Amino acid sequence: MSWILIAEQSLNGLQFGLMLFLLAAGLTLVFGIMDMINLAHGSLYMLGAFLASTFVQLTGSFTAGVLLAIPATALLGMALEVSVLRTLYARDHMAQVLATFALILIINELTRLVWGSDAALPMPGALSGPVELMPGLPYSAYRLVIIAVGLAVAVLLYFLVTKTRVGMLVRAGASNREMALAMGVNIRLLFTLVFGAGAALCAVAGAMLAPLLAVQVGMGENILILAFVVIVIGGIGSIRGALVGALLVGIVDTIGRAFLPILFGVFFQPRAASAAGPAIASVSIYLLMAVVLYFKPQGLFPARG
Amino acid sequence: MKIKLLAAALLVLTANAQGADKVKIGFISTLSGPSAAIGVDIRDAFLLAVKTNGGKLGGLPAEVLVGDDQFKPDVGRQIAEKNVKVDKVNFLTGIVFSNIMLASVPIAFENKLIYVSPNAAPSPMAGKECSPYLFVASWPNDAYHEAAGQHATNRGYKSAYLIAPNYQAGKDSLTGFKRYYKGNVVAEVYTQLGQLDYAAELAQVRAAKPDALYIFLPGGMGINFIKQFVASGLSKDVPLIVPGFGDDQDIIRPVGEATLGLFDTAHWALDFDNAANKKFVAAFEKEYRRLPTVFAAQGWDTAMLIDAAVRDSKGKIEDVEAVRKAMRAAKFESVRGPFKFNRNQMPIQNYYLRVVAKDSQGRLVNKTIGTVFKDHGDAYVQDCKMK
Repeated sequence: MSWILIAEQSLNGLQFGLMLFLLAAGLTLVFGIMDMINLAHGSLYMLGAFLASTFVQLTGSFTAGVLLAIPATALLGMALEVSVLRTLYARDHMAQVLATFALILIINELTRLVWGSDAALPMPGALSGPVELMPGLPYSAYRLVIIAVGLAVAVLLYFLVTKTRVGMLVRAGASNREMALAMGVNIRLLFTLVFGAGAALCAVAGAMLAPLLAVQVGMGENILILAFVVIVIGGIGSIRGALVGALLVGIVDTIGRAFLPILFGVFFQPRAASAAGPAIASVSIYLLMAVVLYFKPQGLFPARG
Repeated sequence: MKIKLLAAALLVLTANAQGADKVKIGFISTLSGPSAAIGVDIRDAFLLAVKTNGGKLGGLPAEVLVGDDQFKPDVGRQIAEKNVKVDKVNFLTGIVFSNIMLASVPIAFENKLIYVSPNAAPSPMAGKECSPYLFVASWPNDAYHEAAGQHATNRGYKSAYLIAPNYQAGKDSLTGFKRYYKGNVVAEVYTQLGQLDYAAELAQVRAAKPDALYIFLPGGMGINFIKQFVASGLSKDVPLIVPGFGDDQDIIRPVGEATLGLFDTAHWALDFDNAANKKFVAAFEKEYRRLPTVFAAQGWDTAMLIDAAVRDSKGKIEDVEAVRKAMRAAKFESVRGPFKFNRNQMPIQNYYLRVVAKDSQGRLVNKTIGTVFKDHGDAYVQDCKMK
């Protein structure tokens, strides 16, 4: 095992973490501030990817397509909030889970009616190959772009949440909703805006990941579980928590998949190692979650005091 | 008076039973949810075959009851029970996935009803648990992987790196590959079911420098992998081999140009130069405005096999032994070319090497470039007690 491989795998972990962050950031905003479990978050991610695919085909430009998909998905998300989700805020979490699960099924079949079961979003030609980071370490150019976009989104969100007035209201809503209401904050409008922002982040995630992942009906459910793990580890409602949680999950998962089977091979019989290695690697992030929750039941950076 | 009525009713019933006036088929498949693409292809081709036959199978008007198992074994089983007990169908067919098939078809076997499989053919049902009422119109579950292993051997690849999801079918597929691969297996990696990111595995492959890479990653996992494999630049150094369904039209559509030059092994291809296939491909494209996959070819052949069995049993479809005999003879023009049944009623057929290339209209399609196996059966037939 060379140090180049270790460097490459660390980069992979960082990259996978930032992939997850793009989706988890929106989820933690909605869950933390609105106290709303939105399982249909994954459906917005899917819609973002399908819309981006259509817009990229229409405009012939990857950048233009992605930039169009973001406001389109945000509008869809806000329409969803105003028409359906708003009625669910007063209900308990179980009712929200049931209703938004129904939304997943409905949006999946609607997507199939409009687009078919899958769509193509090819990688922009200039980024489709690898670049030589170091001699002997070629790395996918597109994955480097994902790292850049993930970091940019993190910085932008940090600035929005900590330095602006809207961000202050958002933080107030997250840490004590009743008090914010009592102070005269227009929670209805704030919630619609937050939900729109969450949907926009979904679109960024969906459109940016589409060239690397399958754009198909049901793509949202798979990644949503990981996004939930991320925000539970990070602390629900905290953007900083989502970033740290996502990086932890990305790195633990990648390192686990890459090196655990090898490590097991050193200590156990090859047969036991080949069976146990992948099994432990696949639960590594859940072990991480269990350990974090044991020491910090509210997650690493709890938003509520 | 009453007795006369009863007698008349009986007469009608028995008359119906002797000269059947139509053939009823229970078609159960996965038609909704994320895994629906395969079932939809099989259904579309099956219904198209019936339509091209003038709505008839074996000369009798055909009624196809289409049911959606929603990718759930219990739902599949419920529909099968209704088809067998209430609808009194003559044949059952359509199921895509092995787990749903294993739950749903025993009810057919118990009632001496023939199940024709358009896709799944799990190894136990080829061997110890073979049934006189099971006919497989597709290929045994291992066959594509065996052919891929043979292809890697033929090419003289000294070392191969294998990746499959960590579940039973994943392990079976790599067992199939290794059965015919004579070189050195560098690593056998089992990944998570539904995995999204393969960067870690790709880095390991790059470090291992194998002569060939074989993956069995059905559905979205394969789409993820192929996109990322090409983006990583590995495609320039390591040839990737996949089973036939791993880069068929339903994968080519979402992945696009990245599939260009992929090798796979299958029992059928778009460009087969036989009359039945030309008719099928033209009809499918005209009706559905997309190119057929191997699954569609299997759906079409399933209908044609039932057509032949009904025809050759001279319409006596209540006589299950007569129908079985006619079906075993398999006197139909398969779109795959030569086809016959083994002792265990699994196919004996050829498997071919295909490569993704552009056709005359610039579309990405699979082109046949060689034969890997001739008249190939399966490894389990000796465990089947059936004569």
